[in-house]
Amino acid sequence: MDQIMPTSWYAKSKPHFFCGGCGHGITLKQLGYAIDDLKIQEDIVFGIDIGCSLLAWDFFACDTIQTHHGRTTPVMVGYKMTKPSKIALAYMGDGGGYAIGLQSLLHAAFRNDPITAILVNNENYAMTGGQMAPTTESGVKTTTSPNGKPIEFGPGFKGPETVRGVANKDAYVARASVSNPVVLRNTLKKAIETQAEKNNFSFVEILSVCPTNWKTSAKESLERVKDMEKYYPLGEI
Amino acid sequence: MTKKHSKLVTGNQAAVLGALAGGAEAMFGYPITPATEILQGWIEKAQSDKSLHFLQTEDETSAGFAVCGALLNGTKAFTASAGPGHVLMQDPVSMAENVRLPFVGIMMQRGGPSTGTVNFSQQEVNLASFGGNGEGLRIVYSASTVQEMYDLSAKIFNTAWKYMFPTFLLGDGYIGKMESEIGLTKKVNPISSKKLLREQKTPTHLKNCYSSEEELAEILKENIYEWNKNKSVIAESEKYRTEDAKEIIVAHGLVASAAKEAVDMMRNHGRKIGLFRAITVHPLDTLPLSNLAKKVKRIHLIEASQNQFSRIVKYELYGETTDIVEHSKPAEGFSPSEIIDLIRD
Repeated sequence: MDQIMPTSWYAKSKPHFFCGGCGHGITLKQLGYAIDDLKIQEDIVFGIDIGCSLLAWDFFACDTIQTHHGRTTPVMVGYKMTKPSKIALAYMGDGGGYAIGLQSLLHAAFRNDPITAILVNNENYAMTGGQMAPTTESGVKTTTSPNGKPIEFGPGFKGPETVRGVANKDAYVARASVSNPVVLRNTLKKAIETQAEKNNFSFVEILSVCPTNWKTSAKESLERVKDMEKYYPLGEI
Repeated sequence: MTKKHSKLVTGNQAAVLGALAGGAEAMFGYPITPATEILQGWIEKAQSDKSLHFLQTEDETSAGFAVCGALLNGTKAFTASAGPGHVLMQDPVSMAENVRLPFVGIMMQRGGPSTGTVNFSQQEVNLASFGGNGEGLRIVYSASTVQEMYDLSAKIFNTAWKYMFPTFLLGDGYIGKMESEIGLTKKVNPISSKKLLREQKTPTHLKNCYSSEEELAEILKENIYEWNKNKSVIAESEKYRTEDAKEIIVAHGLVASAAKEAVDMMRNHGRKIGLFRAITVHPLDTLPLSNLAKKVKRIHLIEASQNQFSRIVKYELYGETTDIVEHSKPAEGFSPSEIIDLIRD
């Protein structure tokens, strides 16, 4: 039976500041359990991006650095290179990872840098008020696509598939969803083990919910993430 | 007796040797003229010394942020770049300035926004000193000789780790490619670094996001206090033949080297002129310059940019009544004879 709060969470910073119903809370809880299961809390260095993810700057009882938008990946690459005994987690949103920071993410995968990138995909730039992201699917309304994302802007960006295209064959690349926390936890564990035990790059995208900007109820949020799962396939990529 | 390096070295090679003498352990960079040889030289050293880390990153932004990552582990890391690469690095340097990371950058200045103008330049004084969305709490040295490329490349690591402000060394393509015999005897005792992610029972949570302007203001107040407390100790300059001078040239970097020669030539003709050379352009060594300004009738400010250095000097000399004449040639060099012609009575 799991504790209500993972041991690796930093209790003093709770309750956290994410919006009610936000997928970050679910993701970070499963990440906490994954860290607890693997008994690696003391080995973790947590890097976080700008955007909603920055609210996790004191989330874990682990050394943490909050960086700039899209720049968590290179910070963790530099850290890990000089401190290989640590397990470096780079935590970001879909804007940070797939727009401004894509170059760094792809090259880290390409070089097989032994870090674990964890990206929360809620199909919008949430911290700035719900703008269109690379992951926003065609036709979806956001504050910068008020009539729905135009078809010429492309479909939702498939990050893990793109990363897989350049990543080393031994890298672990997967997509999970907040709709299934057990699978999410196991996926995160596998990604962390890939770095810790095999010294390879790993990447997990998590399909998430954003009730605040989606303007959806709990039920509607879950329904929408289930719809996302039809377009964005789950599992190892 | 001064032990000489066994062969001639370029300014860029001297920078690599200096960085090693200063205790550098890691370099992250991206090729860019005229700084590329620093990255190449470092990687060459790392082939035989496996304790040295390096990564040729995907861009300068990543190079700068990877430097930040290594610094968090207490590793003495640095980068080298120029012009547009230096522009891209303002993102990581802003982070370093605010979080007080001892970022070290060797910037071989170049003119213009793109390429082609990679020889003479002092056009990155503004960028190094005041770039980014911070308050300009960066220490900026300017090398005037190949020897100084070595000496200052060693020194900047101690400066950065002692004061915990981003620290730059400025050069340009001419000094980077110029060959000279250098002495390696100047003793450098690298100070110890410290882990900024402390790996202790109580976690370290470093951030540069704030809940309110007031919260940021408190941090800035502290950082600015530290800057003001230390800036006169950090600042360095050289006075050359100024004892009886009636006028002085104020310059930095390679322009100051030409000015030194010009001073000697003019002295040979009886002109009582001297040189104030800024070794740090930011912070400026204000006190000795102010004292000189009180004694001389005229200051000639000479630089290879449109008054970037002059603006710093004039701000610091506010209140002094000495006549200041500015001579600017953006992206062009100065020869000693040209300086003599420029400031002819």
